[in-house]
Amino acid sequence: MISNAEEFIAQLADKHGRKRESLLPILQDVVDQYYYLDESYMVNIARELDISTADVYGTASFYSFLGINEQGKHVIRVCQTIVCDMKRKEDIIDAITELLGIRPGETTHDGKFSLFYTNCLGSCHKGPAMLINDELYGDLTPEKTKDILVSYMKR
Amino acid sequence: MSNMINITINDIPLAVPENTSIFHAAKMINVHIPTLCHHEDLCVAGNCRVCVVEVEKDPNLVASCATPVREGMKVLTNTSKIRQARKHILELLLTEHNINCIKCSKSNACELQNLALEYRTDDEIFLNLRKPSRPDISSYAIQKDDSKCIRCTRCVRTCAQLQGVNALTMAYKGNLAKMSTFKEKPMAEVVCTNCGQCINRCPTGALTERTYIEEVWNAIYDPTKHVVVQTAPAVRVALGERFGLKAGNRVTGKMVASLKAMGFDSVLDTDFTADLTIMEEGTELLSRLKKVLVDGNTSAALPMFTSCSPGWIKFIEHIYPEMLPNLSSCKSPQQMFGVLAKTYYAEKRGFDPKDIVSVSVMPCTAKKYEANRSEMRDSGFQDVDYVLTTRELAIMIQQSGINVLTLKNEPFDNIMGASTGAGVIFGATGGVMEAAIRTAYELVTGREVPFERLNITPVRGFEGIKEASLLIEKVKPEFEFLEGVELKVAIAHGLAHARKLMEAIKNEKTFYHFVEVMACPGGCLGGGGQPIPTNPDIRAARMNAIYKEDEKMPLRKSHENPEIQQLYADFLGEPNGHLSHKLLHTYYTERERY
Amino acid sequence: MATQLKRTELIFREDIDYSALMRKIMKMGKEKFIEELIDSGLRGRGGAGFPTGLKWKIVKEYPDPIKYIICNADEGEPGTFKDREILDKASEKVIWGMALASYITGAKEGFIYIRAEYKYLKTKLRIAIDRMEHNIKSLGINFKLDLIFGAGAYVCGEETALIESMEGFRGEPTNKPPYPVNEGYLGRPTVVNNVETFVNAMIIADIGAEEYKKLGTKASQGSKLFSVSGDCCKEGVFELEMGMTVQQFVDEFGDGDTKAVQVGGASGFCVPRKEFKNTIIGFEGVPTGGSMKVFNSSRSMYNILENYLIFFEEESCGQCTPCRVGTQQLLHGIRAVKRKEKPKTYLDELLRLAYTMKYASKCGLGRSVGNAFTSIIENFREEIVY
Repeated sequence: MISNAEEFIAQLADKHGRKRESLLPILQDVVDQYYYLDESYMVNIARELDISTADVYGTASFYSFLGINEQGKHVIRVCQTIVCDMKRKEDIIDAITELLGIRPGETTHDGKFSLFYTNCLGSCHKGPAMLINDELYGDLTPEKTKDILVSYMKR
Repeated sequence: MSNMINITINDIPLAVPENTSIFHAAKMINVHIPTLCHHEDLCVAGNCRVCVVEVEKDPNLVASCATPVREGMKVLTNTSKIRQARKHILELLLTEHNINCIKCSKSNACELQNLALEYRTDDEIFLNLRKPSRPDISSYAIQKDDSKCIRCTRCVRTCAQLQGVNALTMAYKGNLAKMSTFKEKPMAEVVCTNCGQCINRCPTGALTERTYIEEVWNAIYDPTKHVVVQTAPAVRVALGERFGLKAGNRVTGKMVASLKAMGFDSVLDTDFTADLTIMEEGTELLSRLKKVLVDGNTSAALPMFTSCSPGWIKFIEHIYPEMLPNLSSCKSPQQMFGVLAKTYYAEKRGFDPKDIVSVSVMPCTAKKYEANRSEMRDSGFQDVDYVLTTRELAIMIQQSGINVLTLKNEPFDNIMGASTGAGVIFGATGGVMEAAIRTAYELVTGREVPFERLNITPVRGFEGIKEASLLIEKVKPEFEFLEGVELKVAIAHGLAHARKLMEAIKNEKTFYHFVEVMACPGGCLGGGGQPIPTNPDIRAARMNAIYKEDEKMPLRKSHENPEIQQLYADFLGEPNGHLSHKLLHTYYTERERY
Repeated sequence: MATQLKRTELIFREDIDYSALMRKIMKMGKEKFIEELIDSGLRGRGGAGFPTGLKWKIVKEYPDPIKYIICNADEGEPGTFKDREILDKASEKVIWGMALASYITGAKEGFIYIRAEYKYLKTKLRIAIDRMEHNIKSLGINFKLDLIFGAGAYVCGEETALIESMEGFRGEPTNKPPYPVNEGYLGRPTVVNNVETFVNAMIIADIGAEEYKKLGTKASQGSKLFSVSGDCCKEGVFELEMGMTVQQFVDEFGDGDTKAVQVGGASGFCVPRKEFKNTIIGFEGVPTGGSMKVFNSSRSMYNILENYLIFFEEESCGQCTPCRVGTQQLLHGIRAVKRKEKPKTYLDELLRLAYTMKYASKCGLGRSVGNAFTSIIENFREEIVY
């Protein structure tokens, strides 16, 4: 997977361009495909865009959705902001921990799931809410959460 | 003439050019506004917020460094609101900052410390947010201590804007925001050129040189060791700044006297090997020109690049490895000195090279790295054992209880202490070029360069990239291939300018025979090991001092240096000869660009 | 409960022939429409409230052949979700609003910068964009619109940070001046407006300034979307006129036990029960980008404040001192008071700090952290201490 980093990034650069404005779209595509930004990808992005690796890293690490550390195939982000907090987001976290055995900030051993807290998802009226990859889930209960996760286990 | 804008600062009316910041306008009428992130060499950041001032009708404070004047603007710089804000900001910075000032080499010269004292801040009002961290001492040249960083981004801007290297960045955000390298790798593993310009601008002790003071003292105190010290040309024009002299005062004789008083066994001069460099590099250039012009040999790469600046060397190894063949194979004056100290000098003076400790005092941090390169051991030992910066020398002078300004001037020791004006000007951008032309032109034509008092002014000054050309006529018979050739040269200082020049050369937009590059702004006089602060005025004063020293030297051309002539006669044979190649020339290593 | 509040139904009305509307404006002329827009009193719906007509006028008159229109859909303010609702249910109106702005200002290119959290709207928006691009071409207007996704950074909702992010940098707000209307995306004059602002511009194009002004109050004209959540009898997005009091709002949306309403999200103000009657929601009272969070008496204001401060500590861009360190000090400070590690008078020290953050921070984020902090501390001090 990592060995084709050079080719993969070159393709993305062809698609998005090699200007500085292309950096975020390229980083996002890498994360979409490989879940996080492995060092080899960042190095190749720097090469394609002719910017320094530090610049790639500095930019990537600013954004919480661009994983710069290893993370799983399915990234679960549970909203921690006030209304979801009031609506017992902790119960959702506990349900996830019970099912997957991970706490926020951790990744399952099989590399399938990572769990994070995230800030307001804009779904306060349907709290507690979570995002799995790009998919939004609201009005969660511990049971509903587990059902959703089970469906992801099969993917 | 730009439009003038009328404003008042603390009720004092003044007119300043359009687009002047409030900060600079205040400076014009001697109203001091404190800052921690602003630096004259760098673009405006406006992030420390210490320079906030009040502007009439604005309910908020504004950052004076980032706010241009407007017609009729009424500015106040000392109100209760401002004072409270500045005090708060300093107190906030202290809660993140490692305040173990006693252990910090930047103590007394720390801009944060000074302001914290000035504002009588209380570091215990707010909670302690300090995160434990260990300093990164992976690099031979630069020590990075995150616990002292105040996120002013001066280093990041220096690395990007002045040097075009971008080894440093801000990473993460919010409470986690920090200055970082790529993936927080140790400084020794990233594209850092060790130029040390970040150190010169860091307001605190977050970036400092790796210091070798203790090691040098130990060598001095060791009776079995013969400790030789060489001093670079740019050191003598800046050292005085650390002892209260204004920039631009030369202290050559007092520096030598101090070194002798400190106990160095022999105080010698890098200017000597600067002259030697001219002999070797000049000969190399002529032979490359001959190869190309006469033999049509394309393997000899032109333009030839100078190789005195170790920051530049590491830069080209990382960024333009394909152009390494263009780099002169000559070692830098420091390394030529080092290898000769443990061969020629040892032999002449009757020392066993293993008992010689070779120390150099440099305006440079990259020299620390250079001395530790594995290829720099041609004497059979590490050629240069320890490299001190100008700043470290100042500290050692203080430690030894010497009042440097009261000492009588003393001359350098022999052998390897004699030099010419050509060696002196190595300390300024364009100096190597000027010295080379003085010698090469004379070698080729038998006449002195056609410039008044040998001052080749077109290659002098602070312009980022300088170009000059010189018609070579009426040559000596052996240099007939150069008859009528217009020698084209270029000079760049500061790696961002070097990069521009390299791109132009690479894309064949322009052609030169010979190119001088110095990593630091202004050349060595603005080096990363020089006294802090630095700014364009200080660098101009140092440059002035260098050219003055050159003018007063009895000999001003490298080939006239009698010790150099003796060195070739007694030891090396001839320039670019067999022994020269073994001792004075080197090779380079391709490194990762990204 | 009988509805006390005047409801409006303009924003989600989708029975509009946008091409015809566009033709109407083209006939009216650019100058005339800008006058209309200024006359309508429309102010930016993102929260800051800059007059929209003026913004468009500045960009229109700026002599640069290249200009950009940016729709700020980086909705991240806690408790705000009305932009998502608009993009979901009235995407065409937003997109045509941008086309209108492009026609007026002469910009040929536009972008919707939308937060990563709303990526699931991508396909829907893409289809709407393609349709608009096609239809507007037949009117002889060249306007290319693209979607750009954020990557999880609240501060990118600040317009200069948003532009930095679009340019591929860390989303750090820059110094003003220069303002985006003069030097925006890639250094070109740029209109940056909130999603709802573009929709309102379309409403004004449709019904005219005269009709539009009948809604709301003098300082806060038109209708506004409110994102209502918390301890409510009903939650969701509601289109209401501005200028109502908090009491009127609570009567309709509260659960009968409302203790406080947070108007304007984490960066807004907390209004306690005793102030409900004399607090107007709008630019003349408490301004809001639309977030209305309702708390009943079972809630601890300490928890609420702590939650906000965690949010700010993480979402500050971290470049300026007052915001980066100030947010951390406020958060750890209230915790220390709660744990009795600091005396309750320490809150006064923190209040002073909050004012410094308000005065001295670089951008709106740092300046507004103090809003929630001061309004909660000043009204619920005992809940923070005990």
